[in-house]
Amino acid sequence: MNKKISTLGRKEISAEREAYLAGRKRKKLQVRACQIALLVLFIAAWEVFARLGVIDSFIMSSPSRILRTLANFSGNGLLVHVGITCFETLVGFGLGALIGNAIAFTLWWSPFLARVAAPYLVVLNALPKIALGPVIIVWVGAGMQAIIVMALAISLIVTVLEMLGGFASTDKELIKMAKTFGATRWQTFVKIIYPSNLQVLFGSLKINIGLSLVGVIAGEFLVSRAGLGYLIIYGGQVFQMDLVMTSVLLLGVLAALLYGGVALLEKKVMKFVQR
Amino acid sequence: MREILRLEDVSLVYQAENGEVTALENFSLTALEGEQVAIVGPSGCGKSTLLSIIAGLEPPTHGKVYLEGEQVRGVSEKIGYMLQKDNLLQWRTIRSNVLLGLEIRGMLTAENIAYAEDLLQTYGLWEFADKYPSQLSGGMRQRAALIRTLATQPKLLLLDEAFSALDYQTRLAVTDDVFEILKSVGKTAIIVTHDIPEGISMADRVVVVSGRPGRVKSIHKIELDASGGQLTTPLQRRANPRFTHYFNTIWKELDLNE
Ligand SMILES: Nc1ncnc2c1ncn2[C@@H]1O[C@H](COP(=O)(O)OP(=O)(O)O)[C@@H](O)[C@H]1O
Ligand SMILES: [Mg+2]
Repeated sequence: MNKKISTLGRKEISAEREAYLAGRKRKKLQVRACQIALLVLFIAAWEVFARLGVIDSFIMSSPSRILRTLANFSGNGLLVHVGITCFETLVGFGLGALIGNAIAFTLWWSPFLARVAAPYLVVLNALPKIALGPVIIVWVGAGMQAIIVMALAISLIVTVLEMLGGFASTDKELIKMAKTFGATRWQTFVKIIYPSNLQVLFGSLKINIGLSLVGVIAGEFLVSRAGLGYLIIYGGQVFQMDLVMTSVLLLGVLAALLYGGVALLEKKVMKFVQR
Repeated sequence: MREILRLEDVSLVYQAENGEVTALENFSLTALEGEQVAIVGPSGCGKSTLLSIIAGLEPPTHGKVYLEGEQVRGVSEKIGYMLQKDNLLQWRTIRSNVLLGLEIRGMLTAENIAYAEDLLQTYGLWEFADKYPSQLSGGMRQRAALIRTLATQPKLLLLDEAFSALDYQTRLAVTDDVFEILKSVGKTAIIVTHDIPEGISMADRVVVVSGRPGRVKSIHKIELDASGGQLTTPLQRRANPRFTHYFNTIWKELDLNE
């Protein structure tokens, strides 16, 4: 027996390494500084041009007007609308992920079903789900339920296709290895196939959180009761561009936060799995 | 010595879209307890197919396989199968990987876990038990894969080109390790390889398989152990003058097939 104990995990940083790391850090800081500068410049220019009257702040709004709208959140109920949009997105997204994974599992379990379903999945995937909006409203009623169904519909098929593709391309040798121990199909799925595809899962979740938000906003446009989508439509109709711009801004922040949440979840899960 | 494995006239025909492939034809073979049998043959001659049949992963089209006198139907608990790649799960630690076979078979008893941990200790992987496969060298990973297989205490080991993914140096070392392990626990093993010297250095018998469809072309009894009953490692066996003789005989036979 050879007793090679490797020097894994030893850390001694050479001067060259230090210089390399410092260089990388500097580059990173430069990029970040430019990004921030660009944003500040954009906001400042917008404000200045609005004040100077170069652009019409009634149509284009302005950073200070947006700030004022934001500060008035108790009057215009912004927070409630943000909360509603966020809630609808999370529910639609969660259901889409859950049902999508369940369908993908079913299709993996039955290759026959998968072959039958294949052309339908392709067509449903290509179909712009937004077009189903009016149909969904008629079917489930014009309310939050219709919005959630839209968010779900928009992310469902993508999830199914992504996960099914991942399952199918799982390393055959790993599966054979499990089979040599007499693994049942369920064991193969739980111990080999699903964990092999966590990257695929999170890849699809990251896409779907954004897609769900698209579905929710489109749904809110149609249903027009509450939420950021409703505020944007409403603000546009009554020519309150401050409200529209503020809503768009909040929508951007919400999208970033939701994506960040999924990315954080991915990090946590990957860390948990690697234990 | 007791007979452990018996193949009687085994044939396997694969049905594929573009026709039938006869992978094995009338293949008969026996293995005695504690014996190492090497299978050599050109690539595509059905060596992997043969092991899949013995393991019960693939039912033969004709013929029968007996393991300790019982006909093999489905995956048998008496068999440990090692593939070319280590197939360690990268999201599990070495310890958890090594326990996978027991886990799948529902045999995670304290006793079996202790046995697996013993193996880790004996074969120099104890310090790495909590590391991930990516942190280990190829040789260590292959040893972990072997422990995963041995942990289920199989009666018969099947090795399918289990060392061919390793670089030459590591390969010689791991071959020695594995040989020692096999001999020390008295395991019977069927060792598939396309590397003739490897087959000769590890086996009591070498079975030469003809090109597709695979048939037993000849069987060579290998006697390279030094007298005195001490363990002779594959490396030492390679140094035996008769080694070259065996090599030449087997090599010529394989060559005639092409
Ligand atoms: N699932 C399969 N379907 C059809 N043909 C197969 C299948 N598996 C193996 N074969 C064919 O059977 C023959 C033997 O394969 P294999 O046992 O892998 O050979 P070896 O391990 O000796 O290289 C090859 O010609 C291969 O193409
Ligand atoms: Mg093979």
